[in-house]
Parts: sequence; C-alpha cells; structure tokens
Amino acid sequence: MKDIIKILQQNARISDTALGEMLGISAEEAAAEIDRLEQNGVIKGYSVIVDDDLYDKSTVYATIELKVTPQRDCGFDDIAKTIMMYDEVESVSLMSSGAYDLAVEVKGNDLKDVAFFVSERLATIDGILSTSTHFILKKYKEKGIFIDGEEPDERGLC
Amino acid sequence: MIDYDKVLSDKIKGIKPSGIRKFFDIAGTMDDVISLGVGEPDFNTPWAIRKAAIQVLERKHIIYGPNKGLAPLRGAISQTIEKKHGVRYDPDKEIIVTVGGSEAIDLALRGLLDNGDEVLVVEPCFVCYAPLVELAGGVPVSVPTKIENNFKLTLDDFKDKVTERTKLIILPFPNNPTGAVMTREDLEPIAEFLRDTNIMVLSDEIYSELTYGRKHFSIIELEGMRERTIYVNGFSKAYAMTGWRLGYVTAPEPIINQISKIHQYGIMCSPFISQNAAVEALSSCDAEVAKMVEEYNIRRRYLVGEFNRLGLTCFNPEGAFYVFPCIKSTGLTSEEFCERLLFEGKVAAVPGSAFGDSGEGYMRISYAYSLKHLMEAISRIEKFLKKLEAEKNEGKNCG
Repeated sequence: MKDIIKILQQNARISDTALGEMLGISAEEAAAEIDRLEQNGVIKGYSVIVDDDLYDKSTVYATIELKVTPQRDCGFDDIAKTIMMYDEVESVSLMSSGAYDLAVEVKGNDLKDVAFFVSERLATIDGILSTSTHFILKKYKEKGIFIDGEEPDERGLC
Repeated sequence: MIDYDKVLSDKIKGIKPSGIRKFFDIAGTMDDVISLGVGEPDFNTPWAIRKAAIQVLERKHIIYGPNKGLAPLRGAISQTIEKKHGVRYDPDKEIIVTVGGSEAIDLALRGLLDNGDEVLVVEPCFVCYAPLVELAGGVPVSVPTKIENNFKLTLDDFKDKVTERTKLIILPFPNNPTGAVMTREDLEPIAEFLRDTNIMVLSDEIYSELTYGRKHFSIIELEGMRERTIYVNGFSKAYAMTGWRLGYVTAPEPIINQISKIHQYGIMCSPFISQNAAVEALSSCDAEVAKMVEEYNIRRRYLVGEFNRLGLTCFNPEGAFYVFPCIKSTGLTSEEFCERLLFEGKVAAVPGSAFGDSGEGYMRISYAYSLKHLMEAISRIEKFLKKLEAEKNEGKNCG
C-alpha cells in the first residue's frame, strides 16, 4: 500500500498498466487496489498542483494562525469543522506549538478577498481569540512537487 | 613549431575515448533532449552526510591525512564488510581508501600487472577496465557473457581463455550496464576453479547496495577466496556521493602494501572532508539507502514492464540502476538505434556496444531519474518505435 500511495502522490493520472508495472502486479490488480483504497477512505480524492504564476497571477494564498478557547461541549474539533465549511479554506490543522492552535490555509481572488474573509468570517466565530494572517509571497514546492527552484540536471559530464 | 605527435605517448594515443562520452557530447548540444544516459544517482547525498562535511569545514583543519585513509573510516569500512559478509579485514593493514572506485581499480591493476600479463575482462562492462589494463601494461582478454544466462558469468565463458599469463579476472557484479547479479550458486563453480590457480579476482562491487529482491553476495565469502580477491567498493552509488570521490580497496596485506605505494606517490591521500563525511554514511545512513533502493525498484519494474510491452525484450535485472533492453528486433545496430533515437526521438541512451562487443544489440537505460522523467522518455521511445515500424512497412510496400 505504501508504494501505491507514493506513486499516486507523484502522479495521480498514471495509467493502471504503468502503475501495475511499477508495483509488479497486473493492471487489473492495480485498479482493484485503487478501488479498495477509495472505498475504505484511505484515498480521499485527487487534486491538481498548479503554478499560479502561469495560471492566475492574482490568486492570493495566506496562512492564518488562530488562537482558540475551547469551550464546554465545544472542543477544537467543532471550531475546526465550522471553519472548514468555507470554500475559501484550503486546509485546517490543529497545531501543537502553544503559540496558536489552528493553522488555516486560505485562498482568495485578491488581497481584499482574504482580508474580508479573515475579519468578517473567521474573527467572528465564537471561541476565536485572535488571528494572525501571513500572506504567501511565493511557493517553491507543494505536495512534494517543485513549482519553482528545480535545479537543472547537470549530470552526464563524466 | 612543436610536433605534438612526437611529444605524446604512443601508448596513450592508442587508447580509445569512452563510447559513453560521445553520446553525451552530442546530446549536450541539442535542445529538448531527455537523457537516460547517466550512471550516477539522481538523489542528493543524505543530509546527515552533508551536515557532517559542513561540521568538518567549520571545526577542523583540512589536512592531507594518512596515505591509506583516516583511521576511523578504515575502521568503519572493516566493520561494515564484516557485518555484511562475515569477512574481516584488518583496518590498519588490509584497507586503503581511494579517490573513487575508479582509482581503486587502477591501483589494483597497476600493482599486479607486468607487461604482457593477461586480464580476463567480463563483458559487457563499464568502459574503464580494458583501457586501464592496457595503461598498466597488461593485455585485456574479453570474456563475453550471454543473454541466455541473464548475463551472469559461467565457468564455460572463461575457462578456455585462461593461459599461463592470466593474472587476474575482473568480476563486475552487480553489473553496469546489464544489471546482472551473481548469487552464491553462480559464484561457487568459479571459485572452485580459481582455487587451484594463481589467478586473482578483482571484484568490483560498487553497486553492492543496489540489489532488488535479494541481498548481494560477495565472492570473498567463499572458502579460499578472501586471499585471492581484491575487493573494490565505494560511496558513490549506494550513498549518492559521486562528487565526493571516495572508494576503497580491501585485500590481503601484501597487495595493500604494493598498491599503497602507487597511491602514496600519485595521489597522497583521498579528500579529507569526504572521508570524514563517509564515516557518517557508514554509521547512520542505512535507512536512507533503503529508501533509495525502494524507489529504484519501482522504476526498475516499470521500465522492464514497458520495454517488454514495446517489444524491446528486457531480461529482469536484479542489481545496479540500469536496464538493458534488446533492440535487435528493429534491425538496427546499437549505435544506429541510439543515434536515431537521439536525433529523431530526442532521447539519449548509451549503445550496448560501448560496453564491449557482447553488448551489441542492446542499449543501456539508466533509471537514476524520476518516474516523471522516465514516463516521458518511454512515451518518446514508443513514438520513435512506431515511426521505425512505419518505415519498415513502407519499405515492404515499395519493394
């Protein structure tokens, strides 16, 4: 299972034949294995990694650190679940730093979009004590794939 | 005007430049070519090793060091070999650290050969052996291996080539370019034969860590073979440390004494920073090596599957990071095929013939590349093969 996930994480569009070859199984077995992983929820979905500089220059990403007071009958999970319902939110994670509790990644069409989302949507949720917003200036690598800064292959000189 | 023709050594003039080089030189001048040619890992040296080197730069005085290599490194090499093969070499007397496996091979040959001595060179093999034998005054005698034996060496392949002048046989396994490995069962009859002779073995085991499905077996483990084997290994392939230039020889004391003299005068000592870093490699990087091997294995299975699917039959290589598909079905020679693949298919691969006549009809494909890169290369090769097929059919129609 480890190998199949590793390969799909590098390229989810790979053919069953190629995947089977890499794993030393048949194409049918590879397809069945993916089915199984989808059925039992190990594979949640497939996404695409985009270089926004080439696709849509105006897109803005931000990481927002949230301090939260977990209230009675309403722990971190409930607040996280409220936050993740918004389409603007790309990811929500509970952190162990002590400095803040939830890390939220947000995507917006422009700066104002993100600012509005933070002040009007996030900050107003009950239990959120403070927000600290960090805009992302440039992405070098995402989900293991180079977006910028891949070194040229200089091998073959010897 | 000085006449360089008169100045230059005739011996060196007679040596052919490497057949691998030629293809890289052409490929380097072309746009949009993707290469499957290189013989070095695409992985970066594990961070723990690089970190160790940085610490040496920060804290230590960068000196020559002892001729035979730093004592802690020789100690670590001795332990590693003992752990892997159950054979012990004295770190003080039976080990020398060299500038890569290449220097190790050169030293061994120069230390053993007198003019006219014969060396059995098992082929297909890496390009350096025959020229280095010649430079040392010896005569390379080629010993082709066969596809029907999965390019393993058999006693029948070489026993008739042994003469009174045979001093050495070079065993390059796991093999570059074929990926063939030798098991205990494969090596036993060879050891049995050699035990009654004065022939030494130069066992180049630089790819020993890169085997798939079974652990590498060394000829030094067989009875009576430690005393007649010069064992060569290094850090380049296993630890992705090519640029650090570090290899080693282990052998009985008289041989190490002999080759130490050449190393002492010609090289003095191996790079100090690299040697310090290599201690870290041997002591703490097994997990990193295992990770790389896992990744290589996925690529290997993919390529073997794809080449067989494309009709370029490919035996299952169990070592190194090469596959060696057969291109005879195209009706072209290795060189023709690779040249056209480069110019028309925009993929650079090394013709099998660069590794000895027995490599004719094959090409060497390296999988020291990402899967993404390999998949793109395969799709180009597929397109190129379809084009060749179409040409063939056209030819038939006209004829």
